Amino acid sequence: MTAMPMSTPEASTPITFQDVWIGFNEEHVLRGVTFQVQPRETLVLLGESGAGKTLTLKMAAGLLAPNSGSVIVLGHEVSDMKEKELLKFRQKIGFVFQEGALFDSLTVADNVAYRLREDRVPVNEIEPRVREVLRFVELEDAMELLPSELSGGMKRRVSIARALINHPPIVLYDSPTAGLDPVTSQTILTLILRLRDVYGVTALLATQRLQDGFALANFHFDPETKRVLSNAHNGNARAAARASQTRFLVYRDGKVYFEGEPEEIANSKDEYLKRFLV
Amino acid sequence: MEDTPFQAAGSPTKQEETVSVLEVLSGAAKRTIASVQDYSQLSFRAMTNLATGPHYFQDTLDQMDDVGVGSLPIILLSGFFIGAVMVLQTGSQFTRFGQTSLTGDVVSLALVRELGPTITGLLAAGRCSSGMASVLGSMLVTEQVDAMRAMGTDPSRKLVTPRVLATLLMLPLLTAMMVFIGLIGGCVASVFSLRLSAIEFWRRAIDVLEFADLMQGFTKSLAFGFILATVGCYKGLSVRGGTQGVGRATTQSVVISSVLIIVTDTFLTKLSLYLANKIF
Repeated sequence: MTAMPMSTPEASTPITFQDVWIGFNEEHVLRGVTFQVQPRETLVLLGESGAGKTLTLKMAAGLLAPNSGSVIVLGHEVSDMKEKELLKFRQKIGFVFQEGALFDSLTVADNVAYRLREDRVPVNEIEPRVREVLRFVELEDAMELLPSELSGGMKRRVSIARALINHPPIVLYDSPTAGLDPVTSQTILTLILRLRDVYGVTALLATQRLQDGFALANFHFDPETKRVLSNAHNGNARAAARASQTRFLVYRDGKVYFEGEPEEIANSKDEYLKRFLV
Repeated sequence: MEDTPFQAAGSPTKQEETVSVLEVLSGAAKRTIASVQDYSQLSFRAMTNLATGPHYFQDTLDQMDDVGVGSLPIILLSGFFIGAVMVLQTGSQFTRFGQTSLTGDVVSLALVRELGPTITGLLAAGRCSSGMASVLGSMLVTEQVDAMRAMGTDPSRKLVTPRVLATLLMLPLLTAMMVFIGLIGGCVASVFSLRLSAIEFWRRAIDVLEFADLMQGFTKSLAFGFILATVGCYKGLSVRGGTQGVGRATTQSVVISSVLIIVTDTFLTKLSLYLANKIF
């Protein structure tokens, strides 16, 4: 089957995983995973190290193909697409890698501009767009620095800027706060909130930290005041709807162990889920 | 045996499976065949990418600078002394028969047909093939290659094709430089050691060469350039096991490309001599 846009109802669901199996050397890491991510929703993917979170993100971006099952993203059956088709398709997806994965021989500005240059965007358009996204991640002053001159948090911010340069409808975050101190983690989460509430992106966020998910569920970014506000203090229906746009998915032993709303996981008596709450 | 109480409580120790010699050998054979297949596919794609866009001219120029200009000092230095030592070795034998004037012929033929392309290939393999493997390997383990794919760029087009093309273009030129400087080294040695006239050395060195000899040297340098670039890129893009894997890939790229260059040289020599008799 070729990568034709689907006319089924799934076409309106940005990401669908249907009975996905993947593994290496005859050992399956994921065994029949099924879930969906709705438009403008942030699905927080929780699991221990090696649970298959990164594999899930890479399959969603078509960087890896599942052994069986189907991965449908933006109406395209990604698991059946050829690499040539995937290269074009991936332009609609922003991917924030765990360690940033910045090109270490290019400056911050060149890293962010990479995608635009590949798309042959006119030179005079590139600089303002790069400035715009770097201003968004508050790194406009670091344009000429090399990745080796940046701190861990700055690298992640550049990585986010690089992912959103062409305003993709879907952004995949691979442990964006892993290995960062609490203050820097908060900065990254604020960026993810802004991206969600300003641009309305659909996101799949893999993490080991439950508090990341709760931060996304309990707060929102107000574009008017340009501040992060708690949903609880707002108390209106709009805020509640915002909060409901974050859901949790927990992997255990290669399967979906839990899928549900933030309140469900917070109030859960399950011993395994409680381990993430500590 | 358990290292921690968690392991002791959580997971039972696995029984070690016994594996037969046949299974080990068949596994190794399968892996080798799979590697050859992957290498062939990558090499094929590197070349077919040339036929369709997008092309990365700036990357190709950067690689030409690295492979060509960067390798020039070691090529020139080695070439000079190889030419000189050739004269000293052959001259000492020719002196016994009173035929020292033949030194120019021998050095010229050996350099153009054999030593020029082979030594250039081996030196470039040591310098460039290892460099390609380490750069691409490092990019792979730091997920830069995945990032490239995630942004819609074909790594074989952006990383492999420019390196292969640049090496194909540069190696014949480097070989020509080595042969020339080798002849200068030979000339200096023959003048000071064998008391030959420089003019006589050059006249004989040039007269002895035929078109087939030049073609033989040119073909070999092209083949060796292709081998060292594709092996370096393949080993870099197939790194497993983090930074240690990068180190292993770097070493393997030099070993494999050097051995392949020497083996290929034998067959190309036989083929070139056959074709020289038939065509030229």
